[in-house]
Amino acid sequence: MKITIDSRYCKGCNVCIDVCPKKVFESSNSRSNAGYLMPEVAHAESCINCALCERLCPDTCINVEKEGA
Amino acid sequence: MHNLSAKYLRQDALPYIFCPGCGDGQVLNATIRAIDDLGIREDIAAVSGIGCSGWIPVYLDIDVIHAIHGRAIPFAEGLKLSQPKKKVIVFTGDGDCVGIGGNHFIHAARRNIDLTVVMVNNYIYGMTGGQKAPTTPLKATTKTSPYGNAERTFDVSQLAISAGATYVARWSTAYPVQLEKAIKKGIEHNGFSFIEVMTQCPIQTGRNILKERDPWKMMQWYKENSTIAKKGQEPEAGKILLGELQAQEVPEFTQLLAEVRREFTVEDNN
Ligand SMILES: Cc1ncc(C[n+]2csc(CCOP(=O)(O)OP(=O)(O)O)c2C)c(N)n1
Ligand SMILES: [Mg+2]
Repeated sequence: MKITIDSRYCKGCNVCIDVCPKKVFESSNSRSNAGYLMPEVAHAESCINCALCERLCPDTCINVEKEGA
Repeated sequence: MHNLSAKYLRQDALPYIFCPGCGDGQVLNATIRAIDDLGIREDIAAVSGIGCSGWIPVYLDIDVIHAIHGRAIPFAEGLKLSQPKKKVIVFTGDGDCVGIGGNHFIHAARRNIDLTVVMVNNYIYGMTGGQKAPTTPLKATTKTSPYGNAERTFDVSQLAISAGATYVARWSTAYPVQLEKAIKKGIEHNGFSFIEVMTQCPIQTGRNILKERDPWKMMQWYKENSTIAKKGQEPEAGKILLGELQAQEVPEFTQLLAEVRREFTVEDNN
């Protein structure tokens, strides 16, 4: 899966880390445009495309797409 | 950014004003998916009141009125009456809808006018700094009830049903798929639809009422303290009742109004 987190709008709430049933996201040391600590995509290969992260990201930063689609 | 959001949001208005972890953005996600699924971008208009929740539709690149505090529903009724073919969706907060706007709300429900009202219930006046609302739980401490709230709480979905709303559903942000379906059903329903969303406000509700400021843990709190309505089964006592609570076909107001007008005009001609 091709998973992106938009650094323009991420506010570092970490809901994606908690909601993912496959633990795809982990916290990182990189910062978003607004200066929040952002999560990173650590295990894209485990993604089952359940879309919970997309639905529950309060700032709609996450996009999940099938590779090559 | 998510593909659908890129399609439906006013990019120049971003980022959202919402605090980190706010449920309002999650309600907006569900709304975008509902609008996209129904394919009604050109036929829908949104109206909102004042409060953090009043900002939800502002980011949508559709027709939007950001109205005044408590008066989202009257603005929406006016819009619906002048353009009956439009689907009108209203975003309002608990303070906006049943505090200052309570009377507008019950009478719109009584008329059964075809609106879809999405009420964000965060138990509090979020935007103004955490004052108590008609939805604040008994004994909860807030800025304006520092020793505990002595007032009983409105069950707003029950109020909507009693006032005559013909589609009523309540979900929390922890049920995003069900929420999207309820919004879709509400838009499609011909009559007054009311969708209550139990939503985390990590800043005000988190600090003052739930004493838990982590957005995910707050969502889990709502999940643990709620139960889903099942037909013919008594709901668990003391829990927030989620689910579809009312679905009824009753004549709708704009149609009744047109009918009354027609009858009147015929008599006039005689
Ligand atoms: C006539 C009027 N009275 C009071 C206010 C101040 N005011 C702004 S938002 C708000 C409360 C909003 O609470 P709620 O509807 O629950 O929205 P939330 O911010 O929690 O989403 C109040 C009292 C106002 N803007 N206009
Ligand atoms: Mg509120």
